[in-house]
Amino acid sequence: MNCVSFVRTGRGLLAVTAGALLGAGLSGCSSSVLDPHGPIGRQEKLILIDSTAIMLAIVIPVIIATLVFAWWFRAGNSKATRYLDWDYSGRIEFVVWAIPALVILFLGGIAWLSSHDLDPPKAIASPVAPLDIDVVSLDWKWLFIYPDASVASVNRLVLPVGTPLRFHMTSAGVMNSFFIPQLGSQIYAMAGMDTKLNLLVDDPGLYHGLSAQFSGDGFSDMTFEVAAMTRQDFEQWLDATRTGGDTLDAAAYETLTHPSAKVAQHTYGTVTGGIFEAILMHPGAAPTAAQIEHSESAD
Amino acid sequence: MLGKLTWAAIPFNQPIPLVTSIVIVLGVLAILALVTIKGWWPYLWQEWFSSTDHKRIGVMYVVLGLVMLFRGFADAIMMRAQLALAQGGAPGFLPPEHYDQIFSAHGTIMIFFVAMPFVIGLMNFVVPLQLGVRDVAFPVLNSVSFWLTASGALLVNLSLFIGEFARTGWLAYPPLSELAYSPGVGVDYYLWSLQISGLGTLLAGINFTTTILKMRAPGMSYMRMPIFCWTALASNLLIVAAFPILTATFALLLLDRYCGFHFFTPELGGNAMMYINLIWCWGHPEVYILILPCFGVFSEVISTFSSKPLFGYHSMVVATMAICVLSFIVWLHHFFTMGAGADVNGFFGIATMIIAVPTGVKVFNWLFTIWGGSVRFTVPIYWSLGFMVTFVLGGLTGVLLAVPPADFVLHNSLFLIAHFHNVIIGGVVFGFMAGYSYWFPKAFGFTLDETLGKAVFWCWFVGFYLAFMPLYALGIMGATRRMQHYADPSWQPYMIAAFAGAALIFTGILLTVVQLAWSIRTRERRRDLTGDPWNGRTLEWGTASPPPSWNYAVEPHVHGIDAFWDVKTKNRELHKVAESRYEAEHKPHYETIHMPKPSGTGFITAFCAVFLGFGLIWHIWWLVLVAIIGCIGMLLRQAWDTDRDMYISAEQLEEFERLHPSLGTQR
Repeated sequence: MNCVSFVRTGRGLLAVTAGALLGAGLSGCSSSVLDPHGPIGRQEKLILIDSTAIMLAIVIPVIIATLVFAWWFRAGNSKATRYLDWDYSGRIEFVVWAIPALVILFLGGIAWLSSHDLDPPKAIASPVAPLDIDVVSLDWKWLFIYPDASVASVNRLVLPVGTPLRFHMTSAGVMNSFFIPQLGSQIYAMAGMDTKLNLLVDDPGLYHGLSAQFSGDGFSDMTFEVAAMTRQDFEQWLDATRTGGDTLDAAAYETLTHPSAKVAQHTYGTVTGGIFEAILMHPGAAPTAAQIEHSESAD
Repeated sequence: MLGKLTWAAIPFNQPIPLVTSIVIVLGVLAILALVTIKGWWPYLWQEWFSSTDHKRIGVMYVVLGLVMLFRGFADAIMMRAQLALAQGGAPGFLPPEHYDQIFSAHGTIMIFFVAMPFVIGLMNFVVPLQLGVRDVAFPVLNSVSFWLTASGALLVNLSLFIGEFARTGWLAYPPLSELAYSPGVGVDYYLWSLQISGLGTLLAGINFTTTILKMRAPGMSYMRMPIFCWTALASNLLIVAAFPILTATFALLLLDRYCGFHFFTPELGGNAMMYINLIWCWGHPEVYILILPCFGVFSEVISTFSSKPLFGYHSMVVATMAICVLSFIVWLHHFFTMGAGADVNGFFGIATMIIAVPTGVKVFNWLFTIWGGSVRFTVPIYWSLGFMVTFVLGGLTGVLLAVPPADFVLHNSLFLIAHFHNVIIGGVVFGFMAGYSYWFPKAFGFTLDETLGKAVFWCWFVGFYLAFMPLYALGIMGATRRMQHYADPSWQPYMIAAFAGAALIFTGILLTVVQLAWSIRTRERRRDLTGDPWNGRTLEWGTASPPPSWNYAVEPHVHGIDAFWDVKTKNRELHKVAESRYEAEHKPHYETIHMPKPSGTGFITAFCAVFLGFGLIWHIWWLVLVAIIGCIGMLLRQAWDTDRDMYISAEQLEEFERLHPSLGTQR
């Protein structure tokens, strides 16, 4: 049983209220997490709305009760019955502990199941073979390496629809967080660490990607364009990229590590094998050609 | 000679900090001149700066918090103005290197130098009075604590004029805060000012824990302590447990920055994830350090103004202590997106949610305290009701963020910003404001203006919703925190609404000052001569307003939870019996009271600490040496000082009590 069916029963009118309260809406906002275009984002949206609805079922009555109780028992109200020495009732105590405990039991179940269902490193079940993409966050741009095709792209992430995407993430220096709001889960990119994220995109289109972890003065421009296209278009893009552009080797990577913002999108037609592993293994400074070669042979 | 300090440190080429600096320097000079011309120095020194009276120190904490609130809010207004402008390709008026300092300073100042002084100030003033004792356990140490906090605040503000502040966010995550990425003095200002003020906070925590555990009035067992004292105990236990972690974490980062260590750099096996874990091991308890005493304030206020005892006192105590313990096992929810794995995320998500249970119990118990009461709609009750309405929404979004997959899409977004402002403003600020208007007449002997007080409330209440509801929406729309500009023009209307909300809150802050000034002007007609303007329930309302330095001429004897209420009503006769022995033998009977003398130790030590911090920040090593000698010398002098006792004679007490009849004597 996955978390989605677990919470489906709790939905209803309140979900609508929750959606309204959260505003932001589904109204075609280009990067809203309420307008997902992949299964991960869709499940997360559902969890968002369901959890909010469950809690609103308690929170709204509490807000109303606060205002009504205070108004009814105002000092000037001659109709109110006063119990000025009343300070304990075992039954009420039992209920006030039980209500939040039961809600949390329910939400705790959602939290436990969903954190397993939607754990970022968990592979997405699909008949289609997954595509590996290695991501490096740099000051202040994103480098996307397609290891199987041996091409790379800066600040533009090209994705095939319907294919499970297996991201490996690291950072050349400071921490960043890789996030495409309409596809779902974000994950940190950290120097010397290899974090994993699995996503899938359903529909062709342009999406907005960003760093969600402050990384210095150029942070606000550390965004990237996500172009999702059919498998066929994607293969064509790979071919076109392979035939042109520079080579991503130790020297080209070293140039990339220099801080710069608002870097134009560009691609590399060839990528020296083992470069991502070398970046991972030698944090703090750009890896040398020898180090890259060593990672490649160790691979 | 001056280390890294050169003329380049003064922001001559940046008009905003330069003009601000000049205005502030002129303002401070004007105040100093006024004090000198009026000859107020001896008064200020003897009655305030060297005071070891917990009430005076409490007031000074609150004044520090209010002054720093203006600084912190100036940052907030600039941030909101920047984001209201910087849409599409527009650059706004703050370049990134300045904007980054502003949001870092805003967070640092609001948490460490506004919220903490407010909360510690309230505890300082109220706890000994509620416990029925004459001072805290270590009065001189209390003065040291306050002045160290003030030193930290001074250093943070110096960064505005000399050098720069951190551009790393308020928790200075490495590797960004490491020397390689932040070579300037900004992070050093951050680290040293928080090391100095953090030491002050730790000492305050030790002081209050000791006071509450060891110094209660006769008859006040733990289960008869006012609920505010319970929440203060929980808060101070958390300070004692959590602040050493902060100090140690910063010490490791300082070693990285000053001595080339690699605790948090990826080279040589260091790892920034360790810092992030450690900082949140302090950081999460910290928010409970702030909110728990505010829960205590609401309990006192709701009970007093409903004219009823607090509903479910035992439950409230259990809930408070449960939150105190649980707050230490939830820190990881601040970085679910680090990739720790499903089991770890699931555990910390559930642990976080469990805190909602005791918190929910508290809300229900406040509701049932109101039920059947006779509610007087005063300013403190406005804040309390505003809190109950607002805080449950903040709790909702907090539990939502505790579901790891929900956090995967909301982490670091403006939704998160809205969430924690929802609980910090709705909980801590509203709690402080409730406590401020509730205990003000106790501190100064006259009440604050109610109409202006309600205006302040509405500004904050409406302003909060106007400022932060759009941020919730923006977070859902994919807007992240700490961005200096954004591309999507459809976000701008929300940003403008948020700016309007911030402006409304600022109006509320200004009205607070107007309320204070007006109330002081008209104090003669708002005097409270009874010492009990609200028909209070706890001991502090049984002494004069303002209380004498010795608080109680005769130690109160406690027979129940609402000790003063008992004296006023059903246990009055009983109380008379307890006191009758004294009254029969000596009519009335006073004994000489031993009190601590004023001491300049705190002020002078902290004065040296400012130079110590400044020297360390700018690598002026001779100054560091001189300042260390000064600090240690002052503390040693204190240790060997035998002339630190002061006695209040029975005649003095009799004279005071004749003029201000209070609990346990003529009442």
